[in-house]
Formats: sequence, structure tokens, C-alpha cells
Amino acid sequence: MTRFLIIGLLRDRSRSLFPLLTVAAGVSITVFMFCFMTGMRGDAISATAAFQTGHVRITTSAYHQLEHQLPVDLALLETGELMTDLRETEPALEWTPRIRFGCLLDVPDTDGETRSQGPALGLAIDLKNNPAEIKRLNLEQALTDGRLPQSPDELLISQQMADQLELKIGDTVTLLGGTVYGSTSLVNLHLCGTMNFGIPAVDRGGIILDLEAAGQFLDLSGGATEILGFFRTGFFEKAYAEQLAAAFNVSHNDDSDEFSPVMYPLHRQSSLGQILELWHLFSTILIGMFVFVMSIVLWNSGLMGSLRRYGEIGIRLAFGENKHRLYRSLLYESVFIGLAGSLIGSVIGLSLGAWMQYKGLDYGFAFKNSSMILNSVIRARVTPAAFFAGFIPGMLSPLLGTMISGLAVYRRQTAQLFKELEV
Amino acid sequence: MNLSRGLMTALVTLLCCAPPALLAQTDVTHPTGQQLLERIDANMVSTTQSSTFSMTIQTRRGSRTIRARSWADENDNSFTEFLAPPRELGVKMLKLDNQLWTFHPGTDRVIRIAGHLLRQSVMGSDLSYEDLLDNRELLQLYEARVTGIDTVADRSCWVVELSTREDMETAYHTRRLWVDQEQYLPLMEERYGRSGRLLKKTGITEVSHIGDRWYPRRMYFRDMLKTGDGTEIVIEEIEFDIAIPPHLFTRAALRK
Repeated sequence: MTRFLIIGLLRDRSRSLFPLLTVAAGVSITVFMFCFMTGMRGDAISATAAFQTGHVRITTSAYHQLEHQLPVDLALLETGELMTDLRETEPALEWTPRIRFGCLLDVPDTDGETRSQGPALGLAIDLKNNPAEIKRLNLEQALTDGRLPQSPDELLISQQMADQLELKIGDTVTLLGGTVYGSTSLVNLHLCGTMNFGIPAVDRGGIILDLEAAGQFLDLSGGATEILGFFRTGFFEKAYAEQLAAAFNVSHNDDSDEFSPVMYPLHRQSSLGQILELWHLFSTILIGMFVFVMSIVLWNSGLMGSLRRYGEIGIRLAFGENKHRLYRSLLYESVFIGLAGSLIGSVIGLSLGAWMQYKGLDYGFAFKNSSMILNSVIRARVTPAAFFAGFIPGMLSPLLGTMISGLAVYRRQTAQLFKELEV
Repeated sequence: MNLSRGLMTALVTLLCCAPPALLAQTDVTHPTGQQLLERIDANMVSTTQSSTFSMTIQTRRGSRTIRARSWADENDNSFTEFLAPPRELGVKMLKLDNQLWTFHPGTDRVIRIAGHLLRQSVMGSDLSYEDLLDNRELLQLYEARVTGIDTVADRSCWVVELSTREDMETAYHTRRLWVDQEQYLPLMEERYGRSGRLLKKTGITEVSHIGDRWYPRRMYFRDMLKTGDGTEIVIEEIEFDIAIPPHLFTRAALRK
């Protein structure tokens, strides 16, 4: 019977083509939208991950508790062995040390006395050995003047701060801060560039310098306030990160030692977990609404199909075909159409999603004259969930539509058939 | 210690060496808060001071000790030169009235300490630059009342509560002092913010008799918002009313 029905569907395109196209289109759009939303969510958290949290982050337990104070004195002192261990055991992530610190930025006059000054938020990254950091923070695009630091005695300053302190490229500034042991520390650095990220917290008083320079300034050479891990795929793998952090903390964290390292995945840091949950809820509702609307369309398609076949069903009943058998055959047909349409739609949707994941869609032209630094390439993300988000409603909707519309078979009266068919 | 005269005023409110007769004129067992402040403020006065002191800072990573020498005059000027450890050697601080500068030989820079930086820690200690700067007389800043009698380190003390006068701005909105009934030194002090939160605790753990004064020799200072175990200050040497060259209280002296 299955073979008979499939052949029937293939030979009579009026029964199969339109429903198949509708299902395939609906499923492909649903799958692609799911990939797109997942990718968008990834983009939304990527800036936070790049600047602040990484996909996972290692600090000392003490630092984690007071991180809002940027307590350099609670930093990880020797990170070399830990970094080697992480790179060997977890190659799926790229590991990079950073130093985050607060300081005073003082601008001297010609006599070497204070001309102007302001509080600064320092971020030291491994500029020399890890060029990925430059790309990750969009440093080249963020430059508004000058160039990136090429030696340890150079730094970048936010454009806003440079304007406030009336600084120009080449000027010497002095950083005043506290070392890891609490001593007051000063260092003279040269301004090599200004930057603008479009992120208020960074643009207000952000400075960026090389890790080596910050290590010397803060008496933290070989150490870091944090080690960040980024998935090489570029996407935050929540379950993997959770598992990795749990395993790391079992082997490295010691409750009795507040300076022992502790790892937190992105969603366990600050209030990011709540924000991500909210985003997840928001995107789930959006996707849910889209899937619901598509289901209605596909269901309607099933209804329409049954109505169009009103005459055919009447003739089959007139020939004496059993109503139950007829109803079942309609359901089987809808399953075949749903299956074929869902498979075709999934292939199209996933292909589009994959193309947009690897190629991306550049909308940078829209921000050509904007000073904001945004990720100008939107990327989708293909996940197994995207397949099921399209395939399941694609299968169920025509079946449900047929189940409801097919009930009309049982309301047909044999005595009325010839009248209805105008024979 | 002469890190600044302000530090003395703010930190320990210093000793009182006026004769007990002052209290006897009113109520020997229960002096008014104003009388106690007058005695404390009066005992702060000396034309000049010179001291060498050490400051041991207890942090979560351990402790470190800083040594320094300081000079001060009656015009709220002070000059401090750090002697140890090597990283701090040659660092100088100059306070002229209510302005503060610091010089670091490594960068050859004179930095003005102002604004938010005044609330930052001095050399990682539990003292802020604001603590150093605010050397106004307590009587000028606060209204005082004696609230009771208590015992600190087996010594009887007056408990005095200070509230900021309406027209004044202070770093600490209220303070509670435990003033020794014989030596008139505040053996313990708590400093509170406007919200009522305890910000700092100070105290004197050792006292010396120098000339006609009782003077704190060893004291502690604890920032309650930090997690360390506080800062202990020990005065190694101190001289009063000595001659200080006027050029010491100039910015040019920082680079010498």
C-alpha cells in the first residue's frame, strides 16, 4: 500500500507538489531562522566574552569574589605552568592571560608636573605573542588615530579620554597604580594610538597596553589577574564549558587556599547567567511564535489539500472504499509529504545556515560613517536543535491538518454522493 | 610619627596633657564632649615635629614594612621621605595646606594627588590620602558628646561620639572614640560613613611619655572595607619644636 500511495503522489502532482513545496518552504525558513537567531545570540555575548569573561575564565578564588574592585593584589602569580597544562589538556580552547587593573593616568607639563589627570581602566593583553587578541578585541578597527603598540613602553588610550586630557600621539603619560604587593608604582609610557569601541565602559577611561609592560608596572611579571579561554570554533559551548570548569575546579581549586585557581564558564560570571537566560527565553519565544505560525500555514495546506480532493474522495467512497481505509490512506499520504517536505526544507535551511555561518553577511556599509565598533558580519550557527525545530513541526503540521480535514470523510453520505458529484 | 600632622589629628586625636583641673571646674567624672575635644586639639599643637616611623601593612598575601622620615610645621605643611624597602626608596610626599604631591625618582615625575585618588590607599596601607590631608581640629568639624564609660585594654575610657557639624564636610560622618581617662589618648576609635557603615577602626596599643606629653608609640589602623589585617604604625623617633629649613616645604624639595 505504501508503494501504491507514493507512486500515486508522484504521478498526481496536484496532490503532492503544492503541499510538498509549502512544507519544504516552511521548514527551510524555520530551520534557517533558528540558525540565524542562535548565531545572533552568539554575537550578542561575544563582545562581553572578548572584553571581560572569555568563554571560561580562571582567576584566584579571592579575586573572583572582589573582581569589581580589580584587586591586582589577588592575582595569579605564576601562570606559566598552568598555561602549559591548559594548552596541552584543552586544545579545543585558546588560552590567554590578561591583567586588568585600575590606575591614575597623569599627564605632565613641560616641567614634569601634573598638567591633567584622570582615573583609567587598564587592560593588558599579550600583544607580542598572541595576535589573536588583536583580532578578538577588534583593535585594528577600533583605532581612531595612530597605531597599535609595538614596544612595551607604548599604550592605547580611548579617544574620549585623550580628548579630555588633551593628548596627542607621541605624548608621554604616567600611570600611577598599586603593585601586586601593595606598593605604589609609576611608569612613563608613550601614547601610540587612540581607540573607540562604542562600549561606554571601555571608552570612558580605557587604556590598553602589552602584558609584559603591565607585568613590570604592577610587579606581576609572569602572572595575570585572569586567564581566559575561548573556544576555537568562536561559539560558546555551554555544556562543554560547564563540564570543563567542574573538572578543572576539582583538580585545581582548594577551598582552604583563597589563591588557588578557580574556573567559571561565561554564564556563571556576574549577572551574565541571568542575561543569557533572558536572551534564551526571548529567542525561544520568537522561534516558538515563528514555528507556531508556520504550523498554522502547513496545517491550512493540509486542509486545502483535502478540500481540493473532495471529488476524488467522493468517487472512492462511491466505488465502495471503506471510510477508515480512506482516512488512513490520507494520513499516510500526509506523512510522506511531511517527511519529504521536511527533509528537503531541512537540507535547504541547514545549507543556508551553514553558508551564513562560514561566510557571514556583511552589513558594514550601514555603519560606514558610524564611530561605533560593532561586529559588521552577521553569522548564523547550525546546531542539531535547528534541524529538529524545523523537522518536527514540518512532519506534524500536515498530518494534523489532514487528521482534522479528513474527518469530513466520515460525514459524507453515500446516498448524497451522486447528487454532490452531479452525476 | 609625623607622616603629617593631619594623620596625628585624624588617626589618634593625640594626647591631652592639660591638668585635670580643667575637668574639675565642671564635672570630674563626666566631662562634656567639647571639653574633651578641646583638650585633644590643644595637645596637637607643637610648632614643628620630626619623626621616623615604620608602617607594617598586613595584606592577604603577607606583610611588608615601610620606613619613612617626616617633618611637619604648625601651618599644616609636611614633608615625608620613604627610606625602605628598596622599591619605595626615594619616594617623597609633600603636603602644603590641603594639597598633596608625590615624587617618584624612577619616573622623575611630581604627581598631584587630588579628586578620587584622595580616597585611595597610601602605599597599599589602610590609610587613605584623605586621612593624611584632613588635619583640621576635631572641635571645628564635629559636635561631641560623652555617651558613657567603657574599658579598653584594662584602662577606663570616656566614650565620645562625634557628629559632623551641619556646615562642615568630613570624610567620616560620625566617629566614636574611647578616650583614656588618665592619659587622654583615644585608645580606640571607630569611623562611620554617612550611611552608618563602619569604615575604619583605629587604636593605640603602646604609649610613651615624651617630655611633658603622653604620645602614642604604636598604633593600628584598619580599613573595614578591605580584607587585610590592618596597618600597624610604630614611631621609632620623634622630636618636637625643632628647626626645619623652610625650603623643605616647597615642590622643588621633592626632586632633591
